[in-house]
Amino acid sequence: MAKAYTPGLTVSSRVRYRARRLLPLTGRITVKLGDRVKATDVVAQTDLEGDITPMKMSNLLSCAPRDVPGLLLKPVGSAIAMDEAIAQSKGIFGMMKVTVKATASGTIESASDSTGMVMIRGAAQPVQVRAFTSGRVVEVLGSEGAVVENDVALVQGIFGIGGEAYGPIAIACARPEERLEASSIRSEHAGCILVGGARMTIDAIRRAIELGVAAIVSGGIDDADLKALLGHDLGVAITGSEKVGITLVVTEGFGDITMAARTHALLASHAGHAASVNGATQIRAGVMRPEIVIPLADEASGDAHVGGGATAGELTIGTPVRVIRDPWFGALGTVAALPEPPAVLGSGSKARVLEVALADGQRVTVPRANVELIAG
Amino acid sequence: MQKDPSRIKVVVATDCGSTTTKAILIEFVDGVYRQTHRAEAPTTVEAPFADVTLGVANAVTELQELSGRRLVDDDGTILRRASLDAADGCDMYISTSSAGGGLQMMVAGVVKEMTAESAKRAALGAGAIVMDTIASNDRRRPHEQVQRIRELRPDMVLISGGTDGGDTKKVTELAELIAPAKPRPRFGGEYSLPIIFAGNRDARPAIERTFSTGGFDLKVVDNLRPTLEREHLGPARETIHDVFLEHVMAHAPGYDRLIAWADAPIMPTPGAVGDILQAIAKGRGINVVGVDIGGATTDVFSVFDGSFNRTVSANLGMSYSISNVCAEAGMESVLRWVHLDMDERELRNRVKNKMIRPTTIPQTHEALVFEQAVSREALRLAYVQHKAFATELKGVQQQRTVGDAFSQEESGRSLVSGMKLDLLVASGGVLSHAPRMEQTASMLIDAFEPEGFTELAKDSIFMMPHLGVLATVHERAAMEVFERDCLVMLGTCIAPAGTAVAGKPVMRWSARWEGGSAEGTLMAQEMRLLRIGERAQVEVTPERGFDVGGGPGVAVKREVRGGSVGLILDGRGRSLSVPGGAEGRRLVAAWAKALELYPD
Repeated sequence: MAKAYTPGLTVSSRVRYRARRLLPLTGRITVKLGDRVKATDVVAQTDLEGDITPMKMSNLLSCAPRDVPGLLLKPVGSAIAMDEAIAQSKGIFGMMKVTVKATASGTIESASDSTGMVMIRGAAQPVQVRAFTSGRVVEVLGSEGAVVENDVALVQGIFGIGGEAYGPIAIACARPEERLEASSIRSEHAGCILVGGARMTIDAIRRAIELGVAAIVSGGIDDADLKALLGHDLGVAITGSEKVGITLVVTEGFGDITMAARTHALLASHAGHAASVNGATQIRAGVMRPEIVIPLADEASGDAHVGGGATAGELTIGTPVRVIRDPWFGALGTVAALPEPPAVLGSGSKARVLEVALADGQRVTVPRANVELIAG
Repeated sequence: MQKDPSRIKVVVATDCGSTTTKAILIEFVDGVYRQTHRAEAPTTVEAPFADVTLGVANAVTELQELSGRRLVDDDGTILRRASLDAADGCDMYISTSSAGGGLQMMVAGVVKEMTAESAKRAALGAGAIVMDTIASNDRRRPHEQVQRIRELRPDMVLISGGTDGGDTKKVTELAELIAPAKPRPRFGGEYSLPIIFAGNRDARPAIERTFSTGGFDLKVVDNLRPTLEREHLGPARETIHDVFLEHVMAHAPGYDRLIAWADAPIMPTPGAVGDILQAIAKGRGINVVGVDIGGATTDVFSVFDGSFNRTVSANLGMSYSISNVCAEAGMESVLRWVHLDMDERELRNRVKNKMIRPTTIPQTHEALVFEQAVSREALRLAYVQHKAFATELKGVQQQRTVGDAFSQEESGRSLVSGMKLDLLVASGGVLSHAPRMEQTASMLIDAFEPEGFTELAKDSIFMMPHLGVLATVHERAAMEVFERDCLVMLGTCIAPAGTAVAGKPVMRWSARWEGGSAEGTLMAQEMRLLRIGERAQVEVTPERGFDVGGGPGVAVKREVRGGSVGLILDGRGRSLSVPGGAEGRRLVAAWAKALELYPD
């Protein structure tokens, strides 16, 4: 039988999830192998070296660079406070001395006799990494981080913005085809991970930010609304660092698009349960999709899945798929045929195709590149 | 040791890309070198394979099956011929690589427009992606520069600055910013970050002192700008290649074996493309522009009067970066190339959907027209960036006479000239895989706006990287394969330069080719396609104010090459201006019809 492989996003009611939590550089691991952790517990921390502030001391003192080290009022390696006198010129016959104050707090790191530059190193910046999901520490990665494992319900979105967020799941739209409007968001949703249905409107997003909702998960978003929210047009899909006051996850794509019924049902079945969300998306080398992770109460075994990546699977007759390009963008159906020879498309290009039996009864031919698996 | 070129008759070449490893077989057939077979296999740099040579062996095994010649030995390595009579094996194996994101560099120079720009040219020419250029006058305050350096994770850093014998202070200051910022190499761990210093030779002791703090591997080479009037990029470029092989490649899985297999140093893919285009320009005595448009980036290469330049437009591409193209160009600019009615809000959502699902392909005629419109803008923007970068040396003192006062030209003029361009070569998905060659030719003309006579071609199967490495060891073989198998000639475009006024003629023309002839007057805003076969004799007489290379109003008579498209006469004037709205749509529809872009 004909087979093909195509990417898909995980939507699973139970999966063994491993959160690999890494520091940006080596540091101290605050958990031990076998420890039980909560999602918000710190598992590793480090100090990033402080910022460097250069001062062109020879210019400021009007002296030759080689004289600078001798004119410092404190030796290299000493602590210095902002606005504290750091160097003084010899003046003329001891008069009219120029005193220069430090422009930053920190430690005097170096004073160059060839350029007259003095460097002040600021205080170290602490960086903490949280567990992201509750569970057990199953691996300690030297001094770089730890792996936390748990059985979870997992939903991967297609696109998101904003970083990690935590809260209980709350359902704002009872049906997946329902648009998420501002009127559906109430004050008790504050701090929640709010599940919508189809497209989330800009008014709904603004209302959610106003009320302190932690995250929204919905089927679609309009590009114009995203632009209005960010204040600029998103050029490249590398996200996660946006500071808009909320994390957003889109499960299907841009435009008016209904959330897959299976995804909506799974999220709805966990209403009230604690969950973690990460909107970070990276669609280049090392693809990263946004995730909603809901730890399960019991620990029955599931299939292993390492967080962060998308999955790929086999296309066979009967496989449920979603069409991901116009003219049937967003339509759901099952694979009805996998013809071997390439076919000429409406665009005039030749490509390998498949036939999809859509949910509304239509049977359509689409390029194999234009479908994704919806089974998790 | 360099092999004797006369003993090289069978060559296997691979290009290890991020996703696919492409292999070609070149053989000496009937007195000339030809590319005879091609094959590909998934690249195996990433886990679970983590060994690039597996993908290479797979691709070469497929080549072996297609050619019937045994090329892979029992131990999985590339088989060499025992003698020139042996039926199995090859005489040489060569490779390029862009797997793992290619070569990523940070460059620094004292003056942005001078030494920093020369350093950037050296890095780009060597095939690198330049992540940022730090200069003393780049308008960032020192702490902002330090912050930026700390954020980057380059494979190596190139520092230049100061002419030999000149001031040493500024370039030492730069080094003193970079050293304490401690940029972390991309591969992390125990890897010492390579720093290449190619600045004022008098500053070397101070630079050595500055980078003696540990964590750096300093290499000192000749100044790449020894005087303001002279750029000397060779030593810096060679050292970049060496460091690429010694450090970057050595940290990529399986590359130690690949390096041992190859008979010539492995080159970064874009560096090899640059080499073959330079060899072609030199060999034929012509000016060439090459473009490679991908999903994330667009590379533009040019050789004008022997000067080579390459630019990488990091966020201009057709899938990952498609949204950025629309944002940078503006949707209005994209839509001016569309002759069909489309809803802008709907299109914006489609663009974003392509960005988040980059592997999809246009299924409908409407989707294809829109995607090709986006590509015109991506190519146009990339070319604008290239023209701004490919300039004469800036900061050179010029002697002027009184007469020059009326024709003052700034130093740093662009070397790129639409009129001097002889050959425009296209590669990359949207250009290579367009359903009709006419569409490829049209996208090239609309984006690059060539003037006068310009030949248009496309790289049939993106073979230029392989031929770039081959040119370093066997130039003749590379040239012969380039001309016969690599390039697919589309045809020639004749575009008079001048301002086209609606309803007025632009030039008179006549053409004779085997089995046919035609003549006429080309009107403003008119496009015309002549199917001339392989070659034609043409004579064009531009109207006053129009130039086809001989000067305003001067007639030109010459032979032109045809190809799968033919001879395109472009009466739209230069620079190209496409009105918006209904009038624009009418014109674009007329051009599409004249060039038979979408005949059904």
